[in-house]
Amino acid sequence: MSTVVEAQGVSKRYGDVAALDQVSFTLHENRIHGLLGRNGAGKTTLMQIMTGQNFASSGELTVFGERPYENEPVLSRVCFIKESLTYPQHFKVRHALEAARLLFPRWDEEFAQTLLADFRLPLNRKIRKLSRGMHSMLGIVIGLAARAPLTLFDEPYLGLDAVARHLFYDHLLTDYAEHPRTIVLSTHLIDEVGDLLENVLLLDQGRILLDTTAEELRGQVVTAAGPAAAVNEFAAGSEELHRETLGRYARATLRGRFGPAERDRAQQLGLDLEPVSLQDIVIRLTTARADGGSRPRPDRATDPGKEPIR
Amino acid sequence: MDNGRPIFLQIAEMIENSIIDGTLAEESQVPSTNELAAFHRINPATAGKGINQLVDDGILYKKRGIGMFVATGARARLRDRRREQFAQQYLHPLLAEASKLGIGADELKRMIDQWEQER
Repeated sequence: MSTVVEAQGVSKRYGDVAALDQVSFTLHENRIHGLLGRNGAGKTTLMQIMTGQNFASSGELTVFGERPYENEPVLSRVCFIKESLTYPQHFKVRHALEAARLLFPRWDEEFAQTLLADFRLPLNRKIRKLSRGMHSMLGIVIGLAARAPLTLFDEPYLGLDAVARHLFYDHLLTDYAEHPRTIVLSTHLIDEVGDLLENVLLLDQGRILLDTTAEELRGQVVTAAGPAAAVNEFAAGSEELHRETLGRYARATLRGRFGPAERDRAQQLGLDLEPVSLQDIVIRLTTARADGGSRPRPDRATDPGKEPIR
Repeated sequence: MDNGRPIFLQIAEMIENSIIDGTLAEESQVPSTNELAAFHRINPATAGKGINQLVDDGILYKKRGIGMFVATGARARLRDRRREQFAQQYLHPLLAEASKLGIGADELKRMIDQWEQER
């Protein structure tokens, strides 16, 4: 399995602020990677560095084995669709498509036309007259039809309605299946894309909090609910990300290994093990860190006299 | 897709269910990885993993260049396996809930008989 992007200790500083802090990871070829994290986590900076639009303060990042900055052979294989793409004032939709056709060697005109029709994008409208959603559609059409071996979508669907977003997911999946390529998808709509992702890279405050396959992550986090004493017993040995209590009833979000043996034990203790969605996992992991550890948030329903046992 | 269990297992299970209830006959072709991915809106690699598990189990087999097919005898094998799992999967939670409510085994048997009669 070959490597498309390799980062070794990449940092980016803006004055006192570390937008990226010693980030190391590998993106393997022909997978759909989710780049997740809160606002200001460093996602866009990282994608800018991957696409040669910015450079690291320190560390090494290679794309297809080379440094991307001002590297034409590498950049011709990369397509970066970001939320704030701007086009020249007088450009019409068809001008943007003509430019893209010249820029991307693997451009598929027929596919572009299909997408345009599906999204109902008017070819002769000036881009600055497009609505926010149509502007996003244009980016998506270009990003998909470019068929670039490394395609990055940074929050590609500002202003897009649910129908258009699902159109995007459907086209992305079917075209990716027929023409495998490496895709990096950065989004806050985690629940919508959760099942599309094969890998998850979670950034928080410039650092990597999680670098794993989506499949593995699903088995790693559960919510155990039941009598507080039983929850405490079950929680011992795994990392507690969150807890809510209601009298003697408790619900704890735990991270660890939860195989059949652990599930049997939960059943014996009279606990319900509930699944946790990718979106909730990301929320729990990023808030646990913002709280300065795995300390549970005070909750209105919490029994004030009782300190949760960790 | 339900969040709790690995998606590839759910894909494998859905195909198994179709084989058990006869929707997918033995020696008929099963949907391709890409068709499954598009239909369920999941990553093709995940769909492929579900298919591969059924191939490893001998439930499906590959015809080179054509696709995946249901093996002869798959239905009976799946039924046998599901029967073995039945106690663990269905009786265990039933008995746990019954004992929580103070329903003994005899009362439970009577309830099942009565349910059958009323149906």
